[in-house]
Amino acid sequence: MNRLIKAELIKIATKPRSYIGFIAVAAIVLLIEFAMYADGKEYLSFITQALEQTFIIEGDFLNGNLVCFIILQTLIIQMPLMVALVTGDLISGEMANGTIRLLVTRPFSRNQILTAKIIAGSIYTFLLLLWLGIFALVFGLLIFGDGDLTVIKSDALVIIQSGDTLWRFLLAFGVAFISLTVVSSFSLLLSCLTDNSIGPIITTMAVIILFTIIGTLQVPVFENIKMFLFTTHMIVWRNLFDNPLDLELMYTSLGIMVLYIIGFTAASYIIFNKKDILN
Amino acid sequence: MSEGNVISIKSLTKKYGDFAAVDSLSLQVGKGKIFGLLGHNGAGKSTTMRMLMSLIKPTEGKIEIFGSDPVRDHKIVYSKIGSIIERPDFYSWLSGLKNLELLAGLSQRKISRQKINETIDLVGLTGREKDLVSKYSHGMKQRLGLAQAVLHDPDLIILDEPTTGLDPQGIIDFRNLMIYFSKEQGKTILLSSHLLSEVEIIADDLCIIDKGKNIVQGSVKSLLSNESLVSQFKVDNIGLAKELLMDPKYQFTPFGESEFEILVSDIDIPPIIKLLVDRGVNIYEIVSKRKLEDFFLKMTTQG
Repeated sequence: MNRLIKAELIKIATKPRSYIGFIAVAAIVLLIEFAMYADGKEYLSFITQALEQTFIIEGDFLNGNLVCFIILQTLIIQMPLMVALVTGDLISGEMANGTIRLLVTRPFSRNQILTAKIIAGSIYTFLLLLWLGIFALVFGLLIFGDGDLTVIKSDALVIIQSGDTLWRFLLAFGVAFISLTVVSSFSLLLSCLTDNSIGPIITTMAVIILFTIIGTLQVPVFENIKMFLFTTHMIVWRNLFDNPLDLELMYTSLGIMVLYIIGFTAASYIIFNKKDILN
Repeated sequence: MSEGNVISIKSLTKKYGDFAAVDSLSLQVGKGKIFGLLGHNGAGKSTTMRMLMSLIKPTEGKIEIFGSDPVRDHKIVYSKIGSIIERPDFYSWLSGLKNLELLAGLSQRKISRQKINETIDLVGLTGREKDLVSKYSHGMKQRLGLAQAVLHDPDLIILDEPTTGLDPQGIIDFRNLMIYFSKEQGKTILLSSHLLSEVEIIADDLCIIDKGKNIVQGSVKSLLSNESLVSQFKVDNIGLAKELLMDPKYQFTPFGESEFEILVSDIDIPPIIKLLVDRGVNIYEIVSKRKLEDFFLKMTTQG
């Protein structure tokens, strides 16, 4: 099994496509950090204009914690795409290239092959998040310094002491990992269903965009189904920056996401085991 | 499974809807033999091989390899098999060497770098092993395919159309390798090919399938023993030879000024030589060959 996982990691590591996500994350984060460094204060004063009519705001909002928070909000759409680029290709890419025959005719069961791919895909997702964490939080703190995190919401202003932010960010990255695992397990399921390499990647993104639109629209007919869309729960990491924490909401969302992961993964095993390899 | 059979297939069927790609196929492949699986395009050769390699699941029937069920004993059975099914595909962004290293890592036994180099040398890829597979010709991919199939020293090699895309030298090299693996290393080889002349040269046993059914199976020698030989003679008096062999059953066909071709059975050859020599026709050369092509066409067009 370890040999299979190693082989999968070698394939991911040697494939140029795998680095698109890392390059894109670095580019986007550095671009945001540069923009905040250049015009951050004006940008924040624009956002806090409405608040200043009611409150007297003193001190500097702009710090590494706020920049990291802004980056995390910005990358909510991009990160699933970057993950799907790799995980959506894990089975269908091998089917399209015919290399699946090299794997299936080795002394490993299909369950072992799929498990190795899931583990390798999860390691890739984790590394991508770690990369994001280094660029967003570490570089953010190095460039902008530490400070209290001010989260401006539509109906509230939450100020989190600087010493109280690190664990929240670490948990937020943990929740983001579970969210991205939902995406990777969904794209892997699509990857098992088709022999087309690009199809699962595009379909994953199309579904995420569709679900996000449904989740955003304030239309009564969608209200009852929002709860069941995985995209609704993928943004639950934001609740970690509430005071006090709504733990019930957090656990519900995490539970639903875990159920999605189990469902998508179980379906992938069933389909991959039954699949005839014809190409 | 009877004693000495490496592969035993019984009533194997694969259906796609109402269409039976393989229809109640039964065959046995003996240990240490080179076994040729022959058939027209769409006869069911590749489907049979895919079922042997668990790429597709049979609708009905039973497969035993090394006396075991390959689905139940997947790990044991497939650790002893090397294969090329249909076309040899590899990770195109890696070199041939990296591909082999990757696949060597998936073997049940440890494969040294020296063994990988020896295998590359064996299939004639030395000097090109560090090139990206995306730059390989089809023939080079076939050679790399053979390398990955034999890298882990398997007891059984399954090859689906392995000579497709090979140049004449490649076909000769392939033929010699098959004979080496079979006769020197005692490996069992199951291969399908469109090159019937190649199968005729290297195969010990063969099976002809048509529309998914086993038409005939047996040793090449026994199956072709009752078939007419095509014998080419080079003589000094072709006119007299023609008079002596004018019986239509010989299908006397002259070519050139001193050569002719006749159809005869094994036992007819000595009396024909005696007849020609006794009547003063000097014979300089006789080349006889059975024609698997004729046998194949006869078997697949019957009924």
